[in-house]
Amino acid sequence: MNWKTFFALLARDGHVARRNLVPMLLQNLMQPLMFTFIFGRVMTSSGIMPQSYKNLLLPGIMAISMVMSGVWAVAMPLIAEFQFTREIEDRLLAPIEIGWLAVQKVVTGMTQAIVAGLVVLPAAWLVMGAGVNLDLGHSLELVLIAVLVALFSAAGGLALGCSIGQTQVGLMFSLVVAPMMMFGCAYYPWKALDPFPVLKYAVLINPLVYASEGLRGALVPAAPHIDTMLVIAALAVIDLALLYLGLKRFHKKALS
Amino acid sequence: MGVGIRTENLRKVYDTAPPMAARAGGFGFSPTRGADKEKGKKKLEVVALDDVSFEIRAGELFGLLGPNGAGKSTTIGILTTRTQPTAGRAFLGDIDIWAEPVKAKHLIGVVPQRPNLDFALTAREILLFHGAYFGQSAKDRERKADELLEKFKLTDRATHMVRTFSGGMMQRVSIARAMMHDPEVLFLDEPSAGLDPQTRLLLWEIIREYHRAGKTIVLTTHYMDEADALCERLAIIDHGKIIAHGTPKELKQSIPGGYLLRLRFNQTPEDLLAALRQLQSVTEVRSVDGAGADLYAGTGGPLIGPIVSAAQSAGVELLDVHIAEPSLETLFLHHTGRSLRD
Repeated sequence: MNWKTFFALLARDGHVARRNLVPMLLQNLMQPLMFTFIFGRVMTSSGIMPQSYKNLLLPGIMAISMVMSGVWAVAMPLIAEFQFTREIEDRLLAPIEIGWLAVQKVVTGMTQAIVAGLVVLPAAWLVMGAGVNLDLGHSLELVLIAVLVALFSAAGGLALGCSIGQTQVGLMFSLVVAPMMMFGCAYYPWKALDPFPVLKYAVLINPLVYASEGLRGALVPAAPHIDTMLVIAALAVIDLALLYLGLKRFHKKALS
Repeated sequence: MGVGIRTENLRKVYDTAPPMAARAGGFGFSPTRGADKEKGKKKLEVVALDDVSFEIRAGELFGLLGPNGAGKSTTIGILTTRTQPTAGRAFLGDIDIWAEPVKAKHLIGVVPQRPNLDFALTAREILLFHGAYFGQSAKDRERKADELLEKFKLTDRATHMVRTFSGGMMQRVSIARAMMHDPEVLFLDEPSAGLDPQTRLLLWEIIREYHRAGKTIVLTTHYMDEADALCERLAIIDHGKIIAHGTPKELKQSIPGGYLLRLRFNQTPEDLLAALRQLQSVTEVRSVDGAGADLYAGTGGPLIGPIVSAAQSAGVELLDVHIAEPSLETLFLHHTGRSLRD
């Protein structure tokens, strides 16, 4: 393992991310923050939604922001680099094993997901105004879940980025991303699906459910949420599966 | 000093579309269908390389010459850890490239056919990060990057994003990047494709200079003059097979007669071909599609008179004559029956 090369590749991604920091944050956070404003502020202030909805919504917004940032940070550059520009070859010729190159991409994606989470948490809190009661007493749980969520998003981005073509990005958005967000228990707790028993269990294949419920459990333990231990176990399994799939796809794609 | 290259029975069969670089810049690929066709399988099988063995000596400037889709880029792909061979082995010095690809990557610099520069960076950053990937210290890589930018006349554009560069400038950045870590073996895949004549000469000079430093250089080209002017030794590759190799001089001498006269007639009866074979200094006559003949001979112009007489006495009209002096172009024609540009 060639750590010098690994860190140089990370430094390159960090350099590019810093250069694009503002557009990148806008791209990933505008939509969740606007959603936060409408549902967390307008709807609650007008009395259409109860004030307590703020507490349910905030962890979900954080989950969506982290997942989208991580997936985008890995998948979009990969799609472009593998296809149109072929610039992935520039990295593939660096003296490091192909697998480690993919791991480096995942680390970059995780970092971006965590940055997005760190930015969106206080931002959403501010946007919602008074009445948010987060419990920051479970910091260890929070950190663990945040890292697992970041890994799932980055590994998912790797698998996705190595699987779809440039022309399918729009399709991916409507067929994968949109349903994932809507059925990801981000805007409502999993318990809210009780009246829909089939749907309630069908959504469990959606990894975002565990991200939302996990963060909900860590930030507002008083709210209904899936048991944190179960969430951690599910996220760990999903992380490993996506990482395995992503690495395999990357290998296949990298060599002709 | 320098590192040699050896390949043993390399074979590459693509079962999906070959990658862009091996697809002759997107101008199609000459598919040689594999054996599975007879078994009635519909699976795409493109045999890009078929039992290719050759040796490149340490410190040599070696050329792979062939038309589009011949297998040049696939060969380079295998030697640069980018294309996995279906069978066979390739060595860089003592390193088995496919057993220890990371070690191999340390030794090589690659200039691809299509620029694959990091579009998110400036020209200078590309060189600096490349140096960092190869473990150079900050001081070393800054010095080396500035030196190369100067050499490639890129200093005034060093801090611009490369995505704004012209094709020729991108090519120069690609070459500078490949030289950044001072590799023992430099691969250049069609380095002068699309370059203006001036940049091409600059490129040749840089290649020669790098070669004088004792480095091994492998380049592919479909330009005869480039192969002739630059390479110490050549392999001619067509349909995935090496059909001839040697120094440019040896190769040219291997053509019977040396001169090639391409003749076109309205018809080519056998007695005309026989009469042509009898002409002085003619070593070989080949009928071409029943409407012409390729004539290999020791002279060119002086044969025109006798050819016209032979045609008249056979009652055949001579439509066109083209005389080619001994060159790699005629060599290629001799071996494949096709022009390099076909």
